[in-house]
Amino acid sequence: MKVLVPVKRVIDYNVKVRVKPDQTGVDLANVKMSMNPFDEISVEEAVRMKEAGTATEVVIVSIGPKQAQETIRTALAMGGDRGILINTDETVEPLAVAKILAKVVAEESPDLVLLGKQAIDDDSNQTGQMLAALLDWPQGTFAYKIEKDGDALTVTREVDGGLQTVKLATPAIVTVDLRLNEPRYASLPNIMKAKKKPIDEKAPGDYGVDISPRLSVVKVTEPPVREAGEKVEDVATLVSKLKSAGAI
Amino acid sequence: MHQIAPMSEDQAAIKAAVEKTLEPFGDDYWAKTDETGDWPEEFCDAMAAGGWLGIAFPEEYGGAGLGLTEAALMMQTVTRTGAGYSGASAIHLNIFGPKPLERFGNPEQKRENLPKIISGEEKMCFAVTEPNSGLDTSSLETKAERTNTGYTINGRKIWTTGAQRADKILIIARTTPKDQCAKPYLGLSLFYTDLDPNKIERQPIPKMGRKAVECNMLYIDGLEVPKDHLIGEEGEGFKYLLQGLNPERVLFAVESIGLGFSALERAATYAKERVVFGRPIGQNQGIQHPLAKSWAELSAAELLAYKAAGLYDAGQDCGAEANSAKYLGTEAGFRACETAVLTHGGMGYAKEYHVERMMREAMLARIAPVSREMILNFIAERVLGLPKSY
Ligand SMILES: Cc1cc2nc3c(=O)[nH]c(=O)nc-3n(C[C@H](O)[C@H](O)[C@H](O)COP(=O)(O)OP(=O)(O)OC[C@H]3O[C@@H](n4cnc5c(N)ncnc54)[C@H](O)[C@@H]3O)c2cc1C
Ligand SMILES: Cc1cc2nc3c(=O)[nH]c(=O)nc-3n(C[C@H](O)[C@H](O)[C@H](O)COP(=O)(O)OP(=O)(O)OC[C@H]3O[C@@H](n4cnc5c(N)ncnc54)[C@H](O)[C@@H]3O)c2cc1C
Repeated sequence: MKVLVPVKRVIDYNVKVRVKPDQTGVDLANVKMSMNPFDEISVEEAVRMKEAGTATEVVIVSIGPKQAQETIRTALAMGGDRGILINTDETVEPLAVAKILAKVVAEESPDLVLLGKQAIDDDSNQTGQMLAALLDWPQGTFAYKIEKDGDALTVTREVDGGLQTVKLATPAIVTVDLRLNEPRYASLPNIMKAKKKPIDEKAPGDYGVDISPRLSVVKVTEPPVREAGEKVEDVATLVSKLKSAGAI
Repeated sequence: MHQIAPMSEDQAAIKAAVEKTLEPFGDDYWAKTDETGDWPEEFCDAMAAGGWLGIAFPEEYGGAGLGLTEAALMMQTVTRTGAGYSGASAIHLNIFGPKPLERFGNPEQKRENLPKIISGEEKMCFAVTEPNSGLDTSSLETKAERTNTGYTINGRKIWTTGAQRADKILIIARTTPKDQCAKPYLGLSLFYTDLDPNKIERQPIPKMGRKAVECNMLYIDGLEVPKDHLIGEEGEGFKYLLQGLNPERVLFAVESIGLGFSALERAATYAKERVVFGRPIGQNQGIQHPLAKSWAELSAAELLAYKAAGLYDAGQDCGAEANSAKYLGTEAGFRACETAVLTHGGMGYAKEYHVERMMREAMLARIAPVSREMILNFIAERVLGLPKSY
């Protein structure tokens, strides 16, 4: 089974993001960037499949700026076999990403595309679903467990109120959730090995995909600051306070 | 190539991976090891498992074949995360301690020993300093006397770091009396041998900081050393030792710089949040300026440290740069920690904020492995051409 794993370069999850003064987005200058944590989980899962003998090749793909190559290298250091960088400095919306990935899929013919359920920068939670629709492939989203079952995949999904198990014919799209696995750290010997693994460089134009934005962002703001609470003596005071505040 | 601004892709990957490896070891972990004095076993295991101990050793022995620049980046990242010297010193000796062995050992000695050091299977300690000779290494009193099969070593060493857990000892001892040598630094020999606990009594020295990584007084009584544990030529040991000094100075520099940046970051955070007299204390220049000054000092020392590392990796002389970086880096590191304590007011003196631990640790790098005065002696004499003062 050949596995394609798309990875995205995003603001590191430890960074406290700052909104730009003009409210058009968040400030990315001099901010630490890393692989989207959900993508680390999908890379880990693909590498485990390879170690278990169920996957034959793990191909890493990233769409983004030149530096996204570092993100691909990290995935290669975790155990991916080779990479494809689709280089663009433009903002690429989920639909455009899905369209480019559909072309990569046509070229690479993977049996499985493993994506993160969402990227922690825009939290769109759309790319996997859109890709499944464009390819007309079965999808298993929010994977908690993935098992190979003959030519099919059994995917246990995290849904509201519990777990749901679905069976997918391959080729298929699976998006991974937080509890699927615990990603490994790249070891130094594997970082050194990753340097020798090939990364193909492409541009969105090579796939004939128009990435011009379809969405416009109206405004980005900081979450409102939580106001300090107030302690009251007893229930009677609470009720009267709530009444005077018009809450009840 | 040998630089860190801007970082190469490999260097960025190394930094990110070391940060990840350190993530499970937070402030509480290091505060606890500092309280109990327990060796940071889990941390050392994680670093060994990630292949980090071999960063600067040739690939044929299981290393990564990278340079001092990358080793320095790794060690700076370790202290920068808050691990300080409790973390750095626990692996420091595996990184550069065996350099004399790698450079001057014979192929068999290297094949036998280097892979075990790199995998973390064996730990070593480095015994140079003695109670009666101090920085004047040529006057050391430990003797290695020839026997039919090798040597017998007798003497005392002080401050030997990590000797409680070491399997091996890299030890320098006199093989020819000083008065029979053409120069005082001849007649010293270097051995890499088993630390036989029956022949070496090890007494830990209670000390100011870095409790987790102990230092010892060693009483060496009749340690038998086979001939093939001698490194290189008899009598040339000091020369071999010197080769490892510049890299070690660079590592001490960046370890202190990383520690200083860590303390500084905590202080800046605290200064932003702590409100007295109706505003954040960090709004006062009396608080801001010392922090800003520390940042500038750390950054300048960092630049010099990586210049030294770059020269070393390019096979060029880096004595002046490595010594100066050690001086500036450890001073700046200490000052940053001290400033961080002062910025925290009373809480700076409390263990809860970790900066007092950092300040205690930063002190050690000003003294060991070479003091400020000896560095200045070196620069005065070797760089400025002033008469030798000692
Ligand atoms: C935490 C720690 C770990 C250590 N680990 C090790 C280890 O693993 N292995 C090891 O071998 N050693 C180790 N050491 C020892 C360390 O290298 C020595 O402490 C250091 O070299 C200073 O030597 P000394 O303590 O004998 O000081 P001394 O030589 O007694 O010097 C005392 C003071 O006098 C000054 N001084 C001496 N001569 C001159 C001069 N000519 N001009 C001006 N000033 C002078 C010095 O600068 C210093 O300030 C460690 C020390 C510490 C604190
Ligand atoms: C060992 C110890 C024993 C103590 N014992 C006692 C005791 O017995 N009884 C008691 O009541 N207290 C005691 N204290 C508390 C001590 O008096 C306070 O820590 C001290 O007054 C500083 O207050 P703070 O810690 O709240 O610092 P903060 O007021 O938070 O000040 C933090 C930093 O900001 C600086 N700063 C604040 N405002 C300004 C400004 N406007 N301009 C420039 N800089 C500013 C301060 O100089 C300091 O460096 C003790 C403290 C210690 C460490």
